[in-house]
Amino acid sequence: MSTLTHLQRLEAESIFIMREVIAECERPVMLYSIGKDSSVMLHLALKAFHPARPPFPLLHIDTTWKFKEMIAFRDKVASELGLELIVHINEEGVRQGIGPFTHGSQVHTDIMKTQALKQALDKYRFTAAFGGARRDEEMSRAKERIFSFRTKEHRWDPKNQRPELWAVYNTRIHKGESMRVFPLSNWTELDIWQYIHHEHIPIVPLYYARPRPVVERDGMLIMVDDARMPLHEGEQPARREVRFRTLGCYPLTAAVESTASSLTDIIQEMLLTNSSERQGRVIDHDTAASMEKKKQEGYF
Amino acid sequence: MVHQSALIETDIAAYLKAQEQKSFLRFITCGSVDDGKSTLIGRLLYDSKLIYEDQLQALASDSKKMGTQGEEIDLALLVDGLAAEREQGITIDVAYRFFSTDKRKFIVADSPGHEQYTRNMATAASTADLAIILVDARKGVLTQTRRHSYIAALLGVKHIVVAVNKMDLVGYSRTVFEQIAQDYRLVARQANLSDVTCIPLSALHGDNVTKASRQMDWYQGAALLPLLEAVDVTRENSGMPFRFPVQWVNRPDLNFRGFAGTVSGTDIHTGDAITVLPSGRQSRIKSILTQAGEVGSASADQAVTLTLEDEIDISRGDVICKADAVADQSSQFAAHLLWLSERTLLPGREYLLKTTNKLIPATVTEIKYKVNVNNFKHEPGKSLALNEVGYGNLNLSQPIAFDPYQDNRTTGSFILIDRLSNNTVGAGMLAFSLRRSKNIIWQELTVDKTRRARLKHQRPHLLWFTGLPGSGKSTIANLVEKCLIDLGRHTYLLDGDNIRHGICKDLGFTDVDRVENIRRTGEIARLMVDAGLIVIAAFISPFTSERRAVRHLLAEDEFIEIYLNTSLAVCESRDPKGLYKKARLGEIKNFTGIDSRYEVPQNPAITINTEACTAEEAALKIMEYIQHKGYVHI
Ligand SMILES: Nc1nc2c(ncn2[C@@H]2O[C@H](COP(=O)(O)OP(=O)(O)O)[C@@H](O)[C@H]2O)c(=O)[nH]1
Repeated sequence: MSTLTHLQRLEAESIFIMREVIAECERPVMLYSIGKDSSVMLHLALKAFHPARPPFPLLHIDTTWKFKEMIAFRDKVASELGLELIVHINEEGVRQGIGPFTHGSQVHTDIMKTQALKQALDKYRFTAAFGGARRDEEMSRAKERIFSFRTKEHRWDPKNQRPELWAVYNTRIHKGESMRVFPLSNWTELDIWQYIHHEHIPIVPLYYARPRPVVERDGMLIMVDDARMPLHEGEQPARREVRFRTLGCYPLTAAVESTASSLTDIIQEMLLTNSSERQGRVIDHDTAASMEKKKQEGYF
Repeated sequence: MVHQSALIETDIAAYLKAQEQKSFLRFITCGSVDDGKSTLIGRLLYDSKLIYEDQLQALASDSKKMGTQGEEIDLALLVDGLAAEREQGITIDVAYRFFSTDKRKFIVADSPGHEQYTRNMATAASTADLAIILVDARKGVLTQTRRHSYIAALLGVKHIVVAVNKMDLVGYSRTVFEQIAQDYRLVARQANLSDVTCIPLSALHGDNVTKASRQMDWYQGAALLPLLEAVDVTRENSGMPFRFPVQWVNRPDLNFRGFAGTVSGTDIHTGDAITVLPSGRQSRIKSILTQAGEVGSASADQAVTLTLEDEIDISRGDVICKADAVADQSSQFAAHLLWLSERTLLPGREYLLKTTNKLIPATVTEIKYKVNVNNFKHEPGKSLALNEVGYGNLNLSQPIAFDPYQDNRTTGSFILIDRLSNNTVGAGMLAFSLRRSKNIIWQELTVDKTRRARLKHQRPHLLWFTGLPGSGKSTIANLVEKCLIDLGRHTYLLDGDNIRHGICKDLGFTDVDRVENIRRTGEIARLMVDAGLIVIAAFISPFTSERRAVRHLLAEDEFIEIYLNTSLAVCESRDPKGLYKKARLGEIKNFTGIDSRYEVPQNPAITINTEACTAEEAALKIMEYIQHKGYVHI
């Protein structure tokens, strides 16, 4: 008799959750955001359904402001694994010219991400969507269910969640309602990195330190990923050795100076650093309750 | 996150290698507001250096704003939850926290301790291996301590740590601690908890939390964290017989057929002889598959895919057992139940029961007693309200393979789901089978329904009238029966008068009794249909669930629902028996339409607006329908 290690336990739990969705939910989809958590989630799906291919498509909500390297990585992964990839863009937002520089991070995120996600879920009538969120990310996540019920309007009601005992998940919904399912709920950032290391999971190269063109704004390093970035007076992109701890829209994601160019370097840096991963996300600098509010409105 | 190991800086590869061997422990903390629960968790996170600088800064500013520790950092704020709750200064629901040491990763389920949050604590306990029960050293063992111990025991948490907190406020007194430890031993015995450790500590000052306290050198035992690192929890998962609830059948192509699931109980090896339940078919394990390839064996909690030597029909919901230790099967159980919903449990109502891999209609046939979670006493009761625990009998529409919950939490647990709202309304722990289904074989009856019906030259079915009191059910039902008799059919009319005054005369008009009334009526109707009769039933039958339950007692096409759609105003103006008047005056309680609900049928076979036609016209419409559908030929 052998005892499972903590990563083996986490892996088995995630696999159980994914299989439960496939066994019970009508139209599942995996929200694929291209970051490290999505990479781990996808890797777990390959394990859960082997030798079959994961029986659901990937859905990427493209805000049109993602790093170029993310998009390249996304397309490569989907084609190498032979998985169906649905890319959804809020065309209405595009027509209105919504973007982080012109409209600010909040409007941009709401229209190009939250609204776009709802559009896509409605359009394809998905009844269950896997998300890579972890409970250790922030406080409102800490009490969200693994199978998290959403109303027809995609709203989350933190006061009215279904009790979730053992691993007996209630997947029942009425027409139009849906589930968000979080197989990585019980993983921490460190678990994710250790697992990527242990399993040799490919991740977007942006996580590794490389010389990249950046400007410094409000104390944050923003990478100039394309010509759409308006440069202020006297601002001159400089090549600095940087990497990203989290990935999103390039104007909203701060880089950190680093020399961590390998996976072990990254883990070492993370263990020795003293700021949490969300610091690099412009969106979280709002109030402590901002995430909870966003999620009630349908943000993933 | 400043981890302590020097290896991180000197040899990260070696550090990662060592980390791979880390084990896993899930625990729950129980205590009421002000016992120091949040402080204790905050202290564990803080002392194991799991707080980032920016979180610490946020904490420092929060502490000044709303902390209770003056200029000091208030660790409790680290673990407080959602915005609104944070403002009220309490944690509601269950929140999960994570921390790890070099030896173990921990998941802490944090739930509030008041009686109105019993369901939250039970939720947290359902996945925990260990419970920390907080006791305020100044107050000693309280009612809540008993309650928390009972719930932990009920949900099968085997290891208990009693954290006697705030020792600093009793001068770190050994006598105080020992008195509490002794008092607790009695509680443990009553709750049937055998593995109990008491630790004197101060969460605020960190005594005996991560390190032995210098203030209490009289205490020889381990501090809390070293104890959490050392507890052996493998036994629970792996000492019991092998069970493999089939979760999903993996069929990528015609050449492969594997059964995906998670191992529970002892290990399984290639070549082992197995029995599949419920079919009882036997085979051997051909291979145990993971993505990495075939593995020779799998142990508890591993998610794998099994293939078998023989082609056996297996689907989700089946359970694979080793041939020498097959699980029992039953459709009737005694079980402990915890009610999770604001809407009271109704014995006799059909709910959906979900086990680890199967969804089955089920009813709670009877609550035998309720348990007072504060003193473990059994109290009489027929039903369960929110947060109440009881013991009673269940009837499932199909047998399932199971183990008593105390032997196996996976194959012994279930939830109950409301059919209409889809909410999770109850949780249960199977105790034992009321009769061994595997020993019962239906007698082959040579005379059956078809033969009895043929003799009467008719197609037996049930015409079920539903509607408000005074809507005209009895009148129209009587006319329909007369038409049928005139056609030479064999019928029987069931209504309030012949049922309520006889077989149901022990029942009143509460929701619970209404449900039971309809259940009995449904069973009688089923027997009569089986006897070959055309049965006509006229009952208010106000709840959708019960009407559906009756429908499920019969074959698909044997149940015809007839809804008499008459407005409350019209029914009340008719008031043939003067009951509405009495109800309005408050002389009759629980009167449908006045102070008791009527749920309008969603898809009745026939709807009749009695305001727009006479009773004779209504009866004619019904006769046309049953002729048209081929139930009756003229
Ligand atoms: N207290 C109470 N008694 C009722 C209620 N409904 C019916 N009864 C009693 O139950 C008996 C049967 O009524 P029922 O079958 O509903 O009559 P129908 O609707 O006219 O066919 C009557 O004699 C009433 O005294 C109710 O809602 N509350």
